[in-house]
Amino acid sequence: MFLSTIEILLIILICFGFSTLLVIVNYILSSKNNTEEKLSAYECGFEAFSDARKKFDIRFYIVAILFIMFDLEIIFLIPWTVNLSNLSLLAFQTMFIFIFLFFIGFLFEWKEEALDWVAISPQQSNKED
Amino acid sequence: MLLNYIIDIGLFLALLLVHILTLLITVAIFTLAERKILASIQRRTGPHIVGYWGLLQAFADAFKLLGKEIIFPSKANKFLFIIAPIISLSLALIAWTFIPLSTTAVLLQSSYSALIILGLSSLNVYSVILAGWSSNSKYAFLGACRSAAQMVSYEIAITTCLLPVFLLSGSLDLIEIVYAQQKMWYILPLLPISIVYFISIVAETNRTPFDLPEAEAELVAGFNTEYSAITFSLFFLGEYTSILLMSSTFTIFFLGGWIQPFSSSFFEAPLFWFAIKTIFISFLFIFIRGNLPRYRYDQLMFIGWKIFLPLTLAIFFFIATIMYFWGNLPTNTYFYSFNIS
Repeated sequence: MFLSTIEILLIILICFGFSTLLVIVNYILSSKNNTEEKLSAYECGFEAFSDARKKFDIRFYIVAILFIMFDLEIIFLIPWTVNLSNLSLLAFQTMFIFIFLFFIGFLFEWKEEALDWVAISPQQSNKED
Repeated sequence: MLLNYIIDIGLFLALLLVHILTLLITVAIFTLAERKILASIQRRTGPHIVGYWGLLQAFADAFKLLGKEIIFPSKANKFLFIIAPIISLSLALIAWTFIPLSTTAVLLQSSYSALIILGLSSLNVYSVILAGWSSNSKYAFLGACRSAAQMVSYEIAITTCLLPVFLLSGSLDLIEIVYAQQKMWYILPLLPISIVYFISIVAETNRTPFDLPEAEAELVAGFNTEYSAITFSLFFLGEYTSILLMSSTFTIFFLGGWIQPFSSSFFEAPLFWFAIKTIFISFLFIFIRGNLPRYRYDQLMFIGWKIFLPLTLAIFFFIATIMYFWGNLPTNTYFYSFNIS
C-alpha cells in the first residue's frame, strides 16, 4: 500500500462527504413546514431586540493575540526538543536565552493584567470571599 | 500497474469506510455508556427500554434525529451555518485515521503524526466560531466567543504538556512514542505533566467541569443553540469523537499505547490493551462530569494561563537540562531532515 497525497485527499474527501451525506439524507427525509416564528433567532420567547453581531469584550482579542505568541514559541521549541541529542551546547544555551526573554514578556503581560479575565485588585477579591 | 493502483485504492476506501462506521458505532455506544454511568451516579436506571438494557437507545436517537426538520434561522448565513457542523465531525474523523491502535492497525502512518493530530484538533475552533457567528443569535455568539477563547487557551497547555513526551521519546511519530515506553510508561516519570494534560483535554473538549460555553443557566446551549436535527447531532458526534480521540492520545502519550502492563508473552493482545486504557480514560471523562460542579470562567482562564503554562514549561526545561547533561537523550533520525548544525 502506498501512502501518498491521493490517500490523504481520499480521507479528507470521504470524511467530509460522509458528513455532508448525513445532512442531505436528513434534508430529504424531514418534514418542511416553516413558520416565521420558528425561523426567528432564539431569545427567551421575545422578538430579538437588536442584531446579534454587536460589540463584545476586548479580552477575547487579547486571548487570541496571546495565543498566537505562545503557540509560535512552542512551535519553535518542538524541533529543538526532538533534536536535543544532536545539538551543541551553544544551541542548548541559545534556547534558554530565548526562553528567558520570553519569560520577561510573560511577566510583563502578567503585570499588565492581560492574563486576568476580570481585573480584580487583591483587596476586592478578599472582600468577595 | 494501473490495475494494482485501482485495487490498492479500492482496498483503502473499504478500510476507510469500515473505519468511519466502526468509529460512529463506538461513539454511539459511548454516549449510551455516558447516560448509563451518569444514571448510576444519580441512582437511576438510565435508558432501558430500547433493545436489551437500552443497548439500542443511541441508534434510536440517531434515527429519530435523522427524521427531524432542519431549521435555518431566517437571519443566519446559510452556507456557513451548514458547513460548521460538517467541519466539526469531519475533522475528528480525519484525526482518527492517524491514531495507531497497534503496530499494524493504523490507517495512515506518518513520522509527524503527533503534530498532525495537534493541528487537526486545534482546527476545531473554526467550526465553533463559524457556528456561533453564522447563526446570528446572541446566545450562540456569546457561547462561541467563550468556547473559542477556552479552546485556544488550553491548546497551548496541551502542546506544552507534550513537549516532555517528545523530548523523552525523541520522535513525533505516535508509533515510535509508544515504542519508547516499552520499559516504562511516561505516566510515571511525567506524572504532574500527565495530570495537567488530562485536565487540559477535558477543557479542550468543553467537557463538564469546564463546560462554560454551554452553561445551561446562562447561555441556553452555547454555540449550537440554533441547531436542530442532524446538524445538531453532527456537533454531538464531533464532540464525542474528539473525546475518544483525546482519550486515545492520552493512552498513547502517557499510558504506553498497546503495551501490556506486565511483561509476559502469555496475553499479547495489543488492541485489547489499547481499548482498555482508552476506555478507562473516557470513563474518567464521564465520571468527573457526574461528580464535579462547574468552574467559573475567570478561574478557568486563570488556571490555563497562570498555572498550567508556567508549570509545564518549567518542568519541561528541568527535564531537558537533566537529560542533556546526563546524556540520556534518545537519538533520532530527524536531525538530517531538519538540517540544523
